[in-house]
Amino acid sequence: MIPELGHFSLIVALCIALTQAALPLLGAARGNTVWMSIARPAAQGQFVFVAFAFGCLAYAFVSNDFSVLNVATNSNSSLPWFYRFAATWGSHEGSLLLWVLMLSVWMVAVSAFSRHLPSEMVARILGVMALISIGFLLFMLFTSNPFQRLLPAAADGNDLNPLLQDPGMVIHPPMLYMGYVGFSVAFAFAIAALLGGKLDATWARWSRPWTTMAWIFLTVGIALGSAWAYYELGWGGWWLWDPVENASFMPWLVGTALMHSLAVTEKRGGFRVWTVLLAIIAFSLSLMGTFLVRSGVLTSVHAFATDPTRGIFILIFLVIVIGGSLALFAWRAPKVGLGGSFEFVSRESALLANNVLLLVAAASVMLGTLYPLFLDALGLGKLSVGPPYFESVFVPLMVPAVFLMGIGPIAKWKQAALPELATRLKWAFIIALVTALLLPFTLGKWTPMIAFGLLLALWVILATLLNLKQRVAQLRRTSGLGALTQLRAIPLGYYGMLVAHLGVAVFIIGVTLVKGYETEKDVRMQVGDTVEVGGYTFRLDGLAEVQGPNYEATRGSVAVLKNGRALRTLYPEKRFYRVQQMPMTEAAIDTGVARDLYVSLGEPVEGGAWVVRVYHKPFVDWIWGGAFIMALGGILAISDRRYRLARSAGRDAAASAKIVTA
Amino acid sequence: MKRFLPLLIFLVLVLFLAVGLSLNPREVPSPLIGKAAPAFRLPLLQDPGRSFGTEDLKGKVWILNVWASWCTACLEEHPILVEFSKANVLPIYGLNYKDKHEDALKWLSEHGNPYAMSIEDGDGRVGIDYGVYGVPETYLIDGNGVIRYKRVGPVTPEILQNKILPMAKQFRG
Amino acid sequence: MKIAGALLLLMLYGIGLAREAPSAADDPALENRVMKLTSDLRCLVCQNQSLADSHADLAIDLKNQVRSQMRAGKSDAEIRNYMVARYGDFVLYDPPFKASTLLLWAGPFALLVLGLFVLAVYLRRRRRLVETELTPSEHARAQALLHGESEKSQ
Repeated sequence: MIPELGHFSLIVALCIALTQAALPLLGAARGNTVWMSIARPAAQGQFVFVAFAFGCLAYAFVSNDFSVLNVATNSNSSLPWFYRFAATWGSHEGSLLLWVLMLSVWMVAVSAFSRHLPSEMVARILGVMALISIGFLLFMLFTSNPFQRLLPAAADGNDLNPLLQDPGMVIHPPMLYMGYVGFSVAFAFAIAALLGGKLDATWARWSRPWTTMAWIFLTVGIALGSAWAYYELGWGGWWLWDPVENASFMPWLVGTALMHSLAVTEKRGGFRVWTVLLAIIAFSLSLMGTFLVRSGVLTSVHAFATDPTRGIFILIFLVIVIGGSLALFAWRAPKVGLGGSFEFVSRESALLANNVLLLVAAASVMLGTLYPLFLDALGLGKLSVGPPYFESVFVPLMVPAVFLMGIGPIAKWKQAALPELATRLKWAFIIALVTALLLPFTLGKWTPMIAFGLLLALWVILATLLNLKQRVAQLRRTSGLGALTQLRAIPLGYYGMLVAHLGVAVFIIGVTLVKGYETEKDVRMQVGDTVEVGGYTFRLDGLAEVQGPNYEATRGSVAVLKNGRALRTLYPEKRFYRVQQMPMTEAAIDTGVARDLYVSLGEPVEGGAWVVRVYHKPFVDWIWGGAFIMALGGILAISDRRYRLARSAGRDAAASAKIVTA
Repeated sequence: MKRFLPLLIFLVLVLFLAVGLSLNPREVPSPLIGKAAPAFRLPLLQDPGRSFGTEDLKGKVWILNVWASWCTACLEEHPILVEFSKANVLPIYGLNYKDKHEDALKWLSEHGNPYAMSIEDGDGRVGIDYGVYGVPETYLIDGNGVIRYKRVGPVTPEILQNKILPMAKQFRG
Repeated sequence: MKIAGALLLLMLYGIGLAREAPSAADDPALENRVMKLTSDLRCLVCQNQSLADSHADLAIDLKNQVRSQMRAGKSDAEIRNYMVARYGDFVLYDPPFKASTLLLWAGPFALLVLGLFVLAVYLRRRRRLVETELTPSEHARAQALLHGESEKSQ
């Protein structure tokens, strides 16, 4: 009964989506306020029905209803309840439902936080989002019904893939999807602006927090995925340039470019055409990612079980949405107009250069990901493009972008003087260079790569701190306030930028140091044996057989000692999941700010011994720490008071004119 | 006209993706087509004391079928091979890949033996030489010892009729 | 059986027969080299994994091949050629430099040059853009709007 209710609920949601798309969009074109006002309640209604459908599927999973095909294929009664819940989105069909749910959440958010927007704009935005929702709902109802019954019901299920039986599964997909889907809001804003023919600084100010919010979720989602791979795969890798990883990274790169471009459009009215195009591209890449994971055109460890018919459906959907929006862009872009002028050396040109670099980087990732497909389609043979390619291409592209991160914030809008910039930044560069050259010696090993990575990170940190110092000095000059008051007078958006840039520096430090200094040993251990890695001693104290809810495992007790003093005990496991008959390594990690100690069990060998892998990974957590700091920067940015709705409502009416302040 | 550029680039991309839907990204084409079949000399399955090798087949056009008793897809194609062997048009030689001697013999007695002779590749070394990555795989080799065709996956009657037989005729002359 | 063995080992430990664990591989330096080379080779029966990471049968067979060839003194390049001769370019994760991969390797750099060129042209063109000045009455209107007064009070 409940699955049928869920199925019916989706059909109702589809009908609401059709209404939400047709009436508001037509209403906005004709100035019909009644039709336009349908947008908000429709969005809220859609959310209710989609959420209910999702709830029905989740209930089927948690209550072990094996008469639902999806539950039988992806769950099992011995699976703990929170993994049964997460299994709701562990399949192609379920993850589509998650996608639509996230979309409806964003729609409700837009409907609630848009009182200050003109009604045609809200109507168009929600209408465009509804069009996307229609596509996904149709796709689900016609090709990928999560509520399909299995009759007679299975006695028990096939179990969730053991790799997914992890807290990461509970949080990574929802975060990631919030990000992917969140870019649909920026996309809808862009389409609304193109349809309405009006695109100005105010539009940018409205659009910016939504874009930043989506970016925050995507950053966190990608970081979580990377951290999950790190501790789950058992050998400490955290980024494999797998096609599906790349599919999430490309929208992130373009989304970052979009955020920076929006800054210029908001402050200077410039880059309008470019910003609109970026918003379309960012979301298009999200949709492309959906296609790549589900159509079977690329091999990936993340790919869902595939079916070319589904691929055709998504491809047609892509042509309609992306092709349509790019066609709209080509038609209406000239109407949008230009913004203020700026010099060759200015913050605008630095930001434009940043955009070019990020876009080229995204294009290169796409080139590498799709190249095997290009060649195969042209009959030119079969190729593999793997991590060596991506690393040799991506890193050199990002170096100038990171370098610009130090210069851009200091450069003045409209016109900056190169000699002045050089003077201000000279000391930052020199200190960074000297420290970067000397530091590796104290850490134990000097290589050009380590020094260079440290140089980039230190450059960003010092230039950013210099920027803050200057800003405070400027405030003191103009207002004479006390230090704390000055700091509080600076808008949060500024702090957001500082923190986000510092996050990038932290990330670079993490990557540089872990790649430069990590050590590992693969040893054969019997109980009582010790091994020394990275200055720590690891002693296998015992091996025990344990029973899990749906697995059996051998658990090792590994004592960690430093200078003879016991620090803690780690418990790596080698599990065997009964239902899927699959072995899995559960690494044991001692996380620390300055290093991770990573122990995993390999295979048993003769004599009751086991192969044990021990890794010392210095500063590895700075990789994800950096990403979370970036996200924090984003949160600070959207907390800026100029986005507080109560105050801006009155100001917006006046500010709609095309006058901008520097 | 550069405002149409994004749209044009996208449409070209879609074209490739559409073609991509009909391709199999996991299929590995063989670089050995048109090259000499790697030489081997391996013990016979039925009589491990004797061996058999590629030199023994010089001048003949023959099929090499890689199979194993643990391979479920091989069961699919086996009846087709058995049928084909009865016609006595082309000899099929079996390469028993990474299998146990007793299991292989048992499998043949249960499901029929289409092979003129079957040889044992216990450690898979010859398989690697032939670029075998999934069982079953089937090769067509001509009188000069050159590989002319490779099929990855079960052989179907259409492939036998439309690919292997015509090619065999072509290279027999 | 395992419990008895574990207890025995614990006893032995207690007696103080603990020692520095020997390396899992017979030759760690060789193993290192094997890992490095095989992480650049694709596992052909997996969903996008390298030979180094995979536990599939074929992957283990090929790893053993690599190891024995290295022991026999073959160089990395020779072993790679051996794999490519049997499985094609598909087996390499680092695509080779060929006519068909020209676009792949040159593409990013070419895109960058193109992007920077377009940027430079655009910036130069923008510089020549003359910004229209506001007339005095427009200035006044701007002031009024900025200070929140309504237009009617002009």
